[in-house]
Amino acid sequence: MINGAIIGLGKMGLSHASIVSAHPDVNLTCVCDTSSLVLDAFKKFSKLKVYTDYQKMIEEEPLDFVVIATPTRFHYAMVKFALDHGLHVFCEKPFTLTTAQGEELVESVNQKKLVNQVGFHNHFIGTFRELKRLLDKRVLGELFHFSGEAYGPVVTKEKGSTWRSNPEEGGGCLFDYASHVINLVQETIGRPEKVLGAVLKSIYSNGVEDAVYSLMRLTSGLTGTLLVNWSDETYRKMSTSITVQGKNGKIICDATEVKIYLKEAVPSENLEKGWTIKYITDFAIPVNFYLRGEEYSAQIDYFVNCIINKAPLEYNTFEQALYTDKVIEMIQEKNKLN
Amino acid sequence: MEKAILGDNQFFAVNHLSDEKSRAQAIRFKDDSAIISVIDQSIDLGIKTFMCTTHDRIANICDHIRKNPSGYQDFKIYPCMPYAHKYANAVTELGIMGTIKQYVPGNIFGTFAKGGLAFLSKDFIKMMEILIDAEMKMFKGIPTPVIFIQNVLVDMILGLKMYDVFAEYDRYIRKKYEAEPGYITMNLPALLDALNSVGVVNPVICSSINKIGFRMSGGKEIYEKCLREKEFQPIAMQVLAAGALKPKEAIEYLGQFPKIESVLFGASTKSHIRETKELIEQYM
Repeated sequence: MINGAIIGLGKMGLSHASIVSAHPDVNLTCVCDTSSLVLDAFKKFSKLKVYTDYQKMIEEEPLDFVVIATPTRFHYAMVKFALDHGLHVFCEKPFTLTTAQGEELVESVNQKKLVNQVGFHNHFIGTFRELKRLLDKRVLGELFHFSGEAYGPVVTKEKGSTWRSNPEEGGGCLFDYASHVINLVQETIGRPEKVLGAVLKSIYSNGVEDAVYSLMRLTSGLTGTLLVNWSDETYRKMSTSITVQGKNGKIICDATEVKIYLKEAVPSENLEKGWTIKYITDFAIPVNFYLRGEEYSAQIDYFVNCIINKAPLEYNTFEQALYTDKVIEMIQEKNKLN
Repeated sequence: MEKAILGDNQFFAVNHLSDEKSRAQAIRFKDDSAIISVIDQSIDLGIKTFMCTTHDRIANICDHIRKNPSGYQDFKIYPCMPYAHKYANAVTELGIMGTIKQYVPGNIFGTFAKGGLAFLSKDFIKMMEILIDAEMKMFKGIPTPVIFIQNVLVDMILGLKMYDVFAEYDRYIRKKYEAEPGYITMNLPALLDALNSVGVVNPVICSSINKIGFRMSGGKEIYEKCLREKEFQPIAMQVLAAGALKPKEAIEYLGQFPKIESVLFGASTKSHIRETKELIEQYM
């Protein structure tokens, strides 16, 4: 058994707390937040110790890891403190507000050889893994275009502001929604090396963008688009998809389906000419506890497994998340030029 | 409980197999009359229980039912609360406090309001009761013999091991609504143990039960063991495994578990409703 704690009990923090607490190999011993309402609920209904000061918690409790799910502007100081105390760290996305902060944390964690992970949970959705596998097998032949998209109904009318509407604090559609898509493109298709064009558009929000439209080039030379809008109420919840086109066809992939169109069959993959549809039911990663989607449990299972069994770090390392932050910076800079 | 219960996912663009299909459903059920027409068809076929989320549009359906009582004799609704995406999207934007401010009726922060007092004294049970009453308002005058909490909330509480919340929910639903409390979960075996541990016995539990083990956390075998050995009132959902199974093989599989009381299913056409109902009658 290993001991863990959660810092930050908002939507993601509560979800992580529940999943970590249900994990058979983990003792969730304590939680930390500044909201007395939330902490009092934990005091009344759970057996967990509660803290309002994360530094005190880390110093006092015999912990192996922390999950950090606070607003982005707190990530740097909290991750640094946890690493300095020898803890493995799972941090929510996006990673840090500036890439300089991220670079320092990546260097520190690699030196200390601690398990590190950032919550880009799409990599734990079976369909996106199948997309990557098919691309690695080159079933589409030479690629000529990709499109990474996400739409959802977060801000659908003009109203008051929170940290999510403040770009200095890591708010806005670029940090919140688009970071998922950038990370997914980066790890399944290839790393963007240049942002050729970018538009950050405010629709209902003040001071922050509700949509991100960008054209980018990957290190492989492949170009494609990023189309993200969190003010689209035709979607019931966040819907993320990746389309990749090559000389031999295309693949459209989302959290439920992989739709493959091939001009020529690929017998080694049992893929016929024309359309083949694969469903999540064949790719869902089995979990022992389910909350909101297999991917949230699967990513914690993976994190815990990396700690206990010293498994090699493959998915969602700090370094990968830092690269996503770098692309975010490139998009911001390109947008400023407009 | 009736053997066949009509669900509402198809009306609100919930499709676990295809985001594209879910958008097509949103177009098909744009008008409330399209939803009402499917409900009416299912009543014609003898299905008189409708299980639905506390989605805003359900309030319109309830209005229609109250205005036309003759067409809905013996008709029952099993409400499932809360409609989670409404809150989840609000929490992303407004935070937890902002969401409470937005959705709790009246001014919860007003010291003299009932809700204000509950909030100031951090009386969580009172707050839960106020939220339940707010969600239940739309069903006034319509029989609601079983009232469910949605899986997002059930499973969150389950994971956090805050089992006393279940006992409080159970008590309030029985006392205030004279109804049976129900629980939707993706973690049936663990939930059943948790409920039993706080004295909630023989509960109504709605969970995924299907031949391929889709969304059956911990694996199909442990679910099957529960269905053979434990005392509870199971409602099977996701029986088609989001469409991966054909209706006949799906319902035939359920037939080996006599304990299953009801099957929750979604259908948009009369022929699908009829086909599902006939299979349920044949095999269960």
